[in-house]
Amino acid sequence: MRLRVGRGILPWLFLTPLLVMILIAWVGPLILTVYLGFTDLSYRNFLAFIENFFTSKVHYTISNFQRILGLKDPKIAEVIRTTVIYVSGTLAINAFFSLLLSIAIAYFLRNEIASMILRVTWLLPRVTPGVIYALMWVWFVDPRYGMMNTLLSAVGVPKSWLPQSWILYTPYSRILMIMINGYVGASFGMIIYTAAIKSIPPDLINAALVDGASDFQVARRIIVPLLKWPMLFVTAWQTLSLLASYEYILMVWGGGRATSDAYGVASESGVLVWSLYSYGKAFAEKLYGYASALSMILVVIGLALIILYFKVFGFRRMMEPSKVEV
Amino acid sequence: MPAKNRRTRALLRKTAKIIVIIVVAVIPAIPIWIMYAWLIAQSFSARVIQGILPSGFTLSNWRFLWTRVSTVYEAGLSIWPYVANTLYLALGVAGLVVLVSSMAGYALSRMEFKGRMKMMEFIIALHAFPSVILLIALFILLNKMGLYGRGYVTLTGIMIVKAGLEIPMASWIIKGFFDNIPWDLEWAALVDGCSRWKVWRYIILPLVLPGIGAVSIFSFLSGWSEFLLVYTYVSNEKLYTLPVLIYYLISDLESMPQWGLLTAMGLFYTLPVLIFFSTSQKLLLRIYVGGVKG
Repeated sequence: MRLRVGRGILPWLFLTPLLVMILIAWVGPLILTVYLGFTDLSYRNFLAFIENFFTSKVHYTISNFQRILGLKDPKIAEVIRTTVIYVSGTLAINAFFSLLLSIAIAYFLRNEIASMILRVTWLLPRVTPGVIYALMWVWFVDPRYGMMNTLLSAVGVPKSWLPQSWILYTPYSRILMIMINGYVGASFGMIIYTAAIKSIPPDLINAALVDGASDFQVARRIIVPLLKWPMLFVTAWQTLSLLASYEYILMVWGGGRATSDAYGVASESGVLVWSLYSYGKAFAEKLYGYASALSMILVVIGLALIILYFKVFGFRRMMEPSKVEV
Repeated sequence: MPAKNRRTRALLRKTAKIIVIIVVAVIPAIPIWIMYAWLIAQSFSARVIQGILPSGFTLSNWRFLWTRVSTVYEAGLSIWPYVANTLYLALGVAGLVVLVSSMAGYALSRMEFKGRMKMMEFIIALHAFPSVILLIALFILLNKMGLYGRGYVTLTGIMIVKAGLEIPMASWIIKGFFDNIPWDLEWAALVDGCSRWKVWRYIILPLVLPGIGAVSIFSFLSGWSEFLLVYTYVSNEKLYTLPVLIYYLISDLESMPQWGLLTAMGLFYTLPVLIFFSTSQKLLLRIYVGGVKG
């Protein structure tokens, strides 16, 4: 006997596993983050909470938000400043430097092999597992074993400018933080822009070249204006993911051994960004309620930005960010 | 002399172009080359001079493959249990992702149902949303579900969570592959009396295999590279995966600078990624754009 399934139900049968997984990994945690943000959950009442979600030992409170938004947390001003430096600095690389990079690699450079070698090179940081990437940087900037200072003094940077440690002293640590994330982020822009440059109708460029325009003029007057949407897309997308990303900062500056030492030297080195602060509040200080409130602010910013993206880009552009509209 | 003038101008422009390429794309790439050169050189040499020049070829850095090595972290460390843990996590993630997303991708691509558009918008929105924000809540959920601190059960919990985070995008990618298969093929089979399940199994599935292959590679690699979830949720040292183990060894660098061992282990761990990347670069490119990395 064949089991007959109604047309209306069949799609949902196929989609059920997806929906269950989304519920477990996304929707549930999202709601829980919001819920916890309004509680005083910490190591004191954690076990009681795990046994019973509605235990009387966990209190509802808005003091988390009062502390954060009222800047009553002594660290929060510093964290906000670091986050702004981090996001804007890295964004400059991810959205604008990568534009120059793509024009250089995908338009100026006509040699296919050289172009491919460069593209693969720039992709390596993204493909390499994070720990190994962090390890390479830790070595590279090490004043004793590494090459950073050697290279810089080789090109004429005076010795007195070079720090004893790139990891410990600001502003070097912040430059390093932006570089580490920038090398990974540059390839995101590069992939999107390169695809967009390749999708520009060749006639358009050839016509300009025949009329006597130089490659620089083509880049400035044709390619860049046409890449308006991809640029906006990359900026928008990267803003959101940078706000939430701290993995490399944790790996290079974090304490190693245990999550209880998650901050490591991040605070002293001036690289304690918002999301890492939230992580540390949860896993180093075990103040889960407060950490969730910090996360929740990111969630709210994230949701607002996503709604904005849908309004600005529309669904189609969100799906195919690399198409150029002529 | 206008002709000569023009020629010098053209030459000037060409030089300027090369300078731009070198300044923008080549010089900033030098650190990347140096880092990789060091990783490889260091792992095969007793010591390196001037940062990346190997001296004294040796395989002793790779001895962790056949013997136990002593580290600050553990006196007689054997790497294979950690390889097994990493494989368990990565294969599990890949299996779950492929199973769930190929079903969902098919439904999204081929079936009409109410809310299909909304569903796709939802998936794209999830894709844009950075999942690391949810780490704290996921920790509480794992605790609540009794998946915390329970040996392999914990690793399984991480596997489910990781797969769940990857699945929306994977479904989206597989949907794209389904979209490229002509409808007519499916119609013909349906008209000939195939059930939808049979159509899916015998006609569509073989055609989307490249897509499924791409997604399984990608999800395997993302499980293989996963650091944060394991670092945060696994308290039992026997269950560490390779990235967490390597991270711990890095933090011991000051007390015991075993660069040779560390680079060899790191290279060993990176190898699958590099192999997959070099063989299926184009497919992975499409997918890596969507990763959660900044």
